[in-house]
Amino acid sequence: MAILELQNLKKYYATQKAVDDISFSIPEGCIFGLLGPNGAGKTTLLRMITGIFYPDSGNILFEGKKFDPVDDIPKIGYMPEERGLYKKMKIGEQALYLAQLKGMSRSDAMKKIKEWFVKFEMESWWNKKVNDLSKGMGQKLQFVITVLHQPKLLILDEPFSGLDPVNSNLIKDEIFKLAKNGTTIIFSTHRMEQVEEICNNIVLVNKGKKILDGSVSQVKNDFKENIFKVGFEMLPEQFIANSFDLAGSTENSYSVKIKDGHKPAGVLTELLSHNASIVSFNEVLPSLNDIFIKQVGQLNNGNK
Amino acid sequence: MNKIWLVIKREYLTRVRNKTFILSTILLPLFFIGFIFASAYFSATSMEKQKVAVSDNNGIFKNSFQSSSLITYEYPSDVNADNFKEKGYSAFLKIPDNYTSSSDSISLISTKQLGLDAEDKIKDQINTAIRNQAFLRNNIDKKILDSINNIDEDRMYNFRTIVKQGNKSEKSNAALSYGIGYGSGFLIYITLFIYGAAVMRGVMEEKMNRIAEVIISSVKPFQLMAGKILGIAAVGLTQLLIWIILIVLLTSISGSFFSAETLQHAQTLNSSMGAAGNSSAAANFLNARDTFLSANWSLIIPCFLFYFVGGYLFYASLFAAVGSVVNEDPQEAQSLMLPITMPIILSFVIMATAVGKPDAPISVWGSIIPFSSPIVMMARIPSGNVPVWQILISMLSLVAGFILTTMLAAKIYRTGILLYGKKVTFKEMGKWLFRKA
Repeated sequence: MAILELQNLKKYYATQKAVDDISFSIPEGCIFGLLGPNGAGKTTLLRMITGIFYPDSGNILFEGKKFDPVDDIPKIGYMPEERGLYKKMKIGEQALYLAQLKGMSRSDAMKKIKEWFVKFEMESWWNKKVNDLSKGMGQKLQFVITVLHQPKLLILDEPFSGLDPVNSNLIKDEIFKLAKNGTTIIFSTHRMEQVEEICNNIVLVNKGKKILDGSVSQVKNDFKENIFKVGFEMLPEQFIANSFDLAGSTENSYSVKIKDGHKPAGVLTELLSHNASIVSFNEVLPSLNDIFIKQVGQLNNGNK
Repeated sequence: MNKIWLVIKREYLTRVRNKTFILSTILLPLFFIGFIFASAYFSATSMEKQKVAVSDNNGIFKNSFQSSSLITYEYPSDVNADNFKEKGYSAFLKIPDNYTSSSDSISLISTKQLGLDAEDKIKDQINTAIRNQAFLRNNIDKKILDSINNIDEDRMYNFRTIVKQGNKSEKSNAALSYGIGYGSGFLIYITLFIYGAAVMRGVMEEKMNRIAEVIISSVKPFQLMAGKILGIAAVGLTQLLIWIILIVLLTSISGSFFSAETLQHAQTLNSSMGAAGNSSAAANFLNARDTFLSANWSLIIPCFLFYFVGGYLFYASLFAAVGSVVNEDPQEAQSLMLPITMPIILSFVIMATAVGKPDAPISVWGSIIPFSSPIVMMARIPSGNVPVWQILISMLSLVAGFILTTMLAAKIYRTGILLYGKKVTFKEMGKWLFRKA
């Protein structure tokens, strides 16, 4: 079942179409990547999902019902890209205040804050002010504040920017844990390697329009270019092949692109018939990064 | 509603716990009272005794100068403008031989300034003496003259205006109502700026820190804005109440503080200086305190609180709207604030007229139109003759006014608070006003 379904969402500003007829749905419990270059309309989209903006037209269904900010907001946790905390407020009080704004009772909030502070080794921070924290520490705090009220839908906008690898992993692990416990996570970023590592499903937007969506593996399959990597004990002698083109080579491997109408097995047979000492044969799927750059680049060129 | 309450609580607590707030709240009245006391005290005690040598060759003023405990007059024959200092006089009063000819003037020579008070006293004495001589020259009987001069100062001085309205008459004191009117109008003027700017800075802080987006994903923008405005209103009221309590407390203590020694000093000064007395600041202060308490506080204080809160609410949302559209550049705030500060400053100008002429058309209109009513009405109310219907209309239009400004400002605020990196023009803000959600 889809926890969130967007139907023909539109949001126009005076000068640009920030979100122009976007529809997709997010299955419950998945980690969902919202990808797009800067200015693609990701933030506007997220702001509509979090009830900050109203769409000009279109519907948002949350858990199958029309999204109602008053009822549904406590079920959503949103960490915006630009971190925001009161610089001069004590950290403990700040966490408590923001949790209460999400509708938690004081005692529940206290209990949860203590749990998370222990988990992230932040107990000693209670009376500190945000001003006293490093950027990474602030980031951790922001994450804790976002998940305190146990949202069903967690929206993270560039959650790893500014974090060192250790803290990155800490938060990544928590994201996986939350997902395992049934939290749906929307993950907005333009860092593709993270998406490939973390997300199950993605949607790619550019200039307010949806370019593609689907599961990560399916998207990669859709965009595969029939390139295989063949490993050799020793490179075979050059010959003119019928079934493939040579796309690249290293000292002990070829990248080959299979010609239309041919099958991988045909490539193997042809190579073997030339006495090639094959040790490996793998399909090379395009990375999301490649797809991203290609798709966005194509569109941008098309518009010029 | 619960969320607005949380926001109010945070705004209130973070501000009230702030050291600057605590210091300014406690120190300001102390400073204020201390200043009055100090000036009263110094003026009462710092008057030195002066000995004036009078050179009056023709004996015109012989025996006309009356020595008091502060200024003594002597008529030595061997003192002149060059040696009065050595002879132990602080000043030398030279009466020209033919002073009526007006080409020569009476001159007072001293090595240092005697002080305005002492100079005034001496001038007074000279004038009285001249006047007396003129009377005598014109055959006014000496006895009659003395009896006129001896009329009790108090009886001459006691001047009260009674304002009659229907069958109810009230004692009024023009200077007092002027003072209270001016003071409370000024206080509202200042607090509008102080707390209005606090709202604006608060909004700017939230926008710059980017916490606005975090919070607005939990509460509606209107709730955040309203919570901030109400929270700061509560801070303002707290501060005001503490000030009122402290001032009342210190003023009532002041009586006992003064009566100990300074007061006595002040009183002896009064009696000893006779007709010319009654001007010591300490005594003035006591008089002022009594007159002060005679004002119609049961009307003034509730009205003041109403206009304080009403005026604040009217303008605070506008300040919030300005804060929400400002980007990193504080200079921008200056120019954007202009449309808000202009009417406030204009109100202040109208107020200056209204305290003097509470019934002039500009005062009446100024006190009814909500842009200026908080400041102007407070200038009129102490005069005691503002019709009840005018106060009611003014209050109602202020309430309607702040509901309107809040609604309009909320529309700008909602868009502005999340808009970064773009300079917003008034035209754009105008568009936001007429856009639906």
